[in-house]
Order: sequence, then C-alpha cells, then structure tokens
Amino acid sequence: MAKNIYEKIWDKHVVFQEEGAPPVIYIDLHLLHEVTSPQAFDGLRQRGIKVRRPDRTFATVDHVISTINQSCPLKDPIAQAMVVAIEANAKEFGIKYFGLDSGKQGIVHIIGPELGLTQPGKTIVIGDSHTSTHGALGALAFGIGTSEVEQVLATQCLFQKKSPTMNINITGKLEKGVTAKDLILYIINQIGAGGGTGHVIEYTGDAIENTNMAGRMTICNMTIEAGARSGIIAPDEVTFEYLKGREYAPKGEDWLEAVAEWKELRSDPDATYDKTIEVDASTITPWVTYGNSLDMSVSVDGQIPTVEGFSDDGDKQKMESAIEYMNLKPGQKVKDIEIQNVFIGSCTNGRIEDIRDAAKVIEGKKVASHVKAKVVPGSQQIKRMAEKEGLDKIFVEAGFEWREAGCSSCLNMNPDNIPAGEYCVSTSNRNFKGRQGKGSRTLLASPITAAASAIEGRVADPRKYI
Amino acid sequence: MEKLVKLISKCIPVRQKNVDTDQIMPARFLISVSKTGYGENLFRDWRYDESGNENPDSLFNKEEYKNREIIVAGDNFGCGSSREHAVWGLVQYGIRVVISSMFADIFKKNSLKNGLLLVQVTPDELQRIFSIIEADPDAEITVDLANQNVVMPDGSEIEFEIDPFRKQTIMEGQDDTAFIMANEDKIVEYESRFNK
Ligand code: SF4
Repeated sequence: MAKNIYEKIWDKHVVFQEEGAPPVIYIDLHLLHEVTSPQAFDGLRQRGIKVRRPDRTFATVDHVISTINQSCPLKDPIAQAMVVAIEANAKEFGIKYFGLDSGKQGIVHIIGPELGLTQPGKTIVIGDSHTSTHGALGALAFGIGTSEVEQVLATQCLFQKKSPTMNINITGKLEKGVTAKDLILYIINQIGAGGGTGHVIEYTGDAIENTNMAGRMTICNMTIEAGARSGIIAPDEVTFEYLKGREYAPKGEDWLEAVAEWKELRSDPDATYDKTIEVDASTITPWVTYGNSLDMSVSVDGQIPTVEGFSDDGDKQKMESAIEYMNLKPGQKVKDIEIQNVFIGSCTNGRIEDIRDAAKVIEGKKVASHVKAKVVPGSQQIKRMAEKEGLDKIFVEAGFEWREAGCSSCLNMNPDNIPAGEYCVSTSNRNFKGRQGKGSRTLLASPITAAASAIEGRVADPRKYI
Repeated sequence: MEKLVKLISKCIPVRQKNVDTDQIMPARFLISVSKTGYGENLFRDWRYDESGNENPDSLFNKEEYKNREIIVAGDNFGCGSSREHAVWGLVQYGIRVVISSMFADIFKKNSLKNGLLLVQVTPDELQRIFSIIEADPDAEITVDLANQNVVMPDGSEIEFEIDPFRKQTIMEGQDDTAFIMANEDKIVEYESRFNK
C-alpha cells in the first residue's frame, strides 16, 4: 500500500502494542534541556535505574541562561538550580552535555540539526513543544512532557498514538522580501491556530523544494502553532547537502548507505492524507501578528481588523481582548505601531541565514533612537560563524546588541524579558499574553521585517530594503 | 507505585465543582528540579492564607482527615492547565482514588499515567456518596478495582468503567514507564532486529 513519509517512519518504529493500549514506539534520538529534564532524572533515581541508551541522549542548556554573560550565576535561584542540575545529571548518567564551555551549546532545536544529530527517518523527542523543528530534515519529531522524558530516558521508548496526517502543498515562488517565516505565519492565519490539531503535517510542493534548510526549519518549527503534533518535509538534495560533513552525520561508506536509505523516505506518489490543503506562495506578502494568538495576523501593509469584522462570538471576544492587551485601535495601520524593542533570535529564526539576511537590511543604517534591539544567535557555533563574517560589527555599528546564544526574549524565563506595556517586533514563535514578559506586547515577524522595523522605529515593510 | 486492587478508606469530600489544577497545585510550585515534595503543597491556597497561616476550616488541615486515601469531588475535577504536577501532588499526598461525576480530559490522562485511579460515577450516585460521607464523616467506603465497583457502608454497590489496560497497570502498580520496562525483552528484540 502507498505510504506517506510519516507512515513509513512510523511503521519502522513500532516496538510492540498491548491490547487496549497505545503503541509503544522506539525513539532514536532524545535531546534534553534544563527546564523539563531535572524532574525526569529525579524519577530515574527514585526508580533506581540508569538511562537506557545514553548514546542516544544529548543535553544542552538554553532556556534560563543569561545571554549577556553566559557563565554568570543567575539571580533566580531556581534557574540557577536547573543549570547546575542538568550538568550534574548529564555527568551522573553518562550523557554527552553541550554545556556553556563546550563551544557547541545553543538552543536545543538549533544544535540538533547543526551537529548532524538530527537525521532523516529518525524518531526524535524533546521535552519541548518546538521539537517539530527537526522534521525539516525528514525526521519524525515531536515534543513530550516531563514524565515522558523520564519514560524515554528509562526505556528509549514511548507510548504514542498514531496521528492523523495532513498535506500542505505549497506552489509558486515567494516574492522578494517574503520569507519562510511569512509563509508559515500566513498558513496559520489561513487554517487557524487549531487548524492542524493533532495532525502530523507534511509540507510538499516546489515552494518547499526551493526553500533552504533554515527556512524549512522555520516552517516546521511553527507548525505546532497550528495545533499540529509535528511538521515534516521529505529529505532531498538540499537536506543531504546540509547534513554532509556535520559532526554526527554518517561518514564515508555509511554516508552513501544512509543517503540511499533516506531517499526511500519520500512519500509514495499515490500516498494519501486525512486532509490536504493547497497554498499559493506567490501572493503572500510580509506578514505580522498583532494579537495574542498565532492566527491573529495581517500583511505588513494591512490594518488591525475591526471586531465587527468577525462573525463568530469567540473570535469577537478574542479580538476585543487582544485589542485591549495590545493597546491597538481597530482600523489602525500596522505600520503605525510605534515599537520599543526588536528581538532577532530563537529556535524559529536564530540561524546563521536569518542573521545574514537581517544584516543585509541593517548594514550602514541605524536603529531608531527609541528602540532597544538585539540579535541573539541560536548557538555558540552560529555566533562564531557570524563573527567570522563580520556580521556582529554590522549590528553593533547600527546600534544593536550582539548577544550570546540562548532562548533569550522568546520567553519570560530568563533576564531578557520585555518590559510591560512595550511592543517588541520579535522573530520568535509565540505571541501569547505575557510570553516575552509580564504585560509585554509581541508582534511576530521575519528577521528582515524585524530589522527594517528596528531602523524605522515602527513596524516596517522590509521590501524596500531588499 | 503501589498496587491497587481493593482500597478501604474514609473520604475527603470536596464539594466544589470545577476544581482546577491551579487550585490543586498552584503554578508557583511547578518550577522545581525535583519530582518529590509536591504533596505538602497540595491545595496550598485552601490550606494556608497569604501570610502562611493555616486555615483551620480546611478539611486538609484537620487531624481526623489526614491519611485518608479517597477524595470525593464535584463535577469537572482537574480542569484548567495541563500540569501533571497536580497529579503528582495528589499521589504524593497519599490520595489513591478520586471519585467524581466528571473529570477534565487531560487530568484524566495524567492520572492514568501516574497510577491515580479516577472513578467516574453518575451525578446522582455522586450526590448519594456525598450525603453518606457528610452524614457520617467516618464512613468507610471500599473501592474494589478488581470488581470495578464502589461498596458503600450499607453494602450497596456502584459500578464503574475502566479501560482494561489501565485496570491491569493500576492493579499491578505500574505506571506507564514501569509497564514498558517490564517489556524489556521486546525492546531488546527490536533493537537487534533494526540494528539500533
Ligand atoms: S527559543 Fe523559544 S520556543 Fe525555542 S526552545 Fe527556546 S523558549 Fe522554546
């Protein structure tokens, strides 16, 4: 029977299934960070057991650390305890730890692909929602909760129900100045923040084939914001080119064998899905969120909708509440929103390609005097690479802060939070109330829209800078 | 996790409807590096006021209600945020069974994963249980998982449903992880078959 890529990977990973219970699947790669792992290790100690496959388990630290000086002890004692715990746990259980002095530390979803740990056909779990990022390389990757982290540490397996599938086929060429970020924000706007609920979404079409790995990761990363379980893209030459030579990627003969196997993963031509959606990329414009849910977004040259424009009572209520929290006026032009902060970074857009694109916009320009702007590379390796290319200087000269790797202003769990009442054009992935700090107002956009907005001091259209 | 086949206990009545997970385990106790210590913060804000003084009216603070293993709760117990810590708190406090007429969906999943038995009865049956345990706070009731019924002090029985797989794991005292661990041979076989 014809199979799609999800079904192909799934079938190879079912270990057993007890009657009346969900299937138990095998996990090829398990990555850990400091927030969701300590209690899981504690659980192992209570059971008196070891990590079953430390060779398939890797750890790093990203959520709570400072990006000004990575190694300084944190003011928040719980955050500090988490940093201490992950290092100690990695040591105690014999797990490879990419710590702050490793030169390879970074946001867990950035370093997996970067180190070549993330590979096509693998099942990958992390105690973190945005694990879907890794699906960009043709892996089946999804986030799990803390007790499941413990389960995978203990057994290398996971209870998991099979998900329904969805195919989003994207054709046409993105206009200049329109990025993968705009594409995924647009898709979520179209299908709704619950439009993919529970599904594994496979992206296909020439628009995807023509997108680089960084863009594919941005798309898969944000797939869960449509409620989906995971996003996945079949591996192709772009994927192989990206992976080749990376630290943990297969080498020599093994590489050839692996590539041959990976090529088989592509969905069969007559494979079916529970749902199919077609998207035309050529009509999409730079896209920005204005509300507190991912589907509340408009074109950068659009306006804040009016409450009356929604027919559903729930949508009306959502709109009213967002207008109040975000301090917006219905009908107001998005470009008229004066901003105080710009954040370029996160597992969505903290890769070298994102930083390069933003640097091109910012080169020779100045950040508006009332804006605090920062670039936070997704990993230590990205930071070094950018510095080698002189990108840090471009940003610093323009008035940006150039930071160390970490999750930073993506979430309110570290010293980089956005002050209450202030707007932030952010390249991250969530615009919920308080996400970037209590009372903070998030406007999600692409790295080049963020860069253009930094220059103008208000939400800006990046197209004129390209 | 301890096995649960048959349990005889006095009950703690929690009449309120829609008791959410933030009441069961307030958000400020979630950030921790340990998996223990949640029991003492169960229903923290019911049991203590803001300055940390014990609320003498809370049943959870009354000597005669300590060491009871069954909570009888109003409709929609465990609604709100999906935090698993709410279940950890209940289990670590010593609660083995919660009886109600409805449980929130994610709370139900989290409970099963952690071996907390949820007994769902009809609204009428729930009211009957409430009236019995409120008339006689020392009334003991029996939760018989093997026979899937609750036996009241007068000998009357209330039947309940449970997924057969979950029934088995709770009776054997296995949480999900322990269940998979007990199937180690299948994992080893899989690993050798797929060369992992
Ligand atoms: S960058 Fe943001 S979304 Fe990504 S892992 Fe860190 S906190 Fe989560």
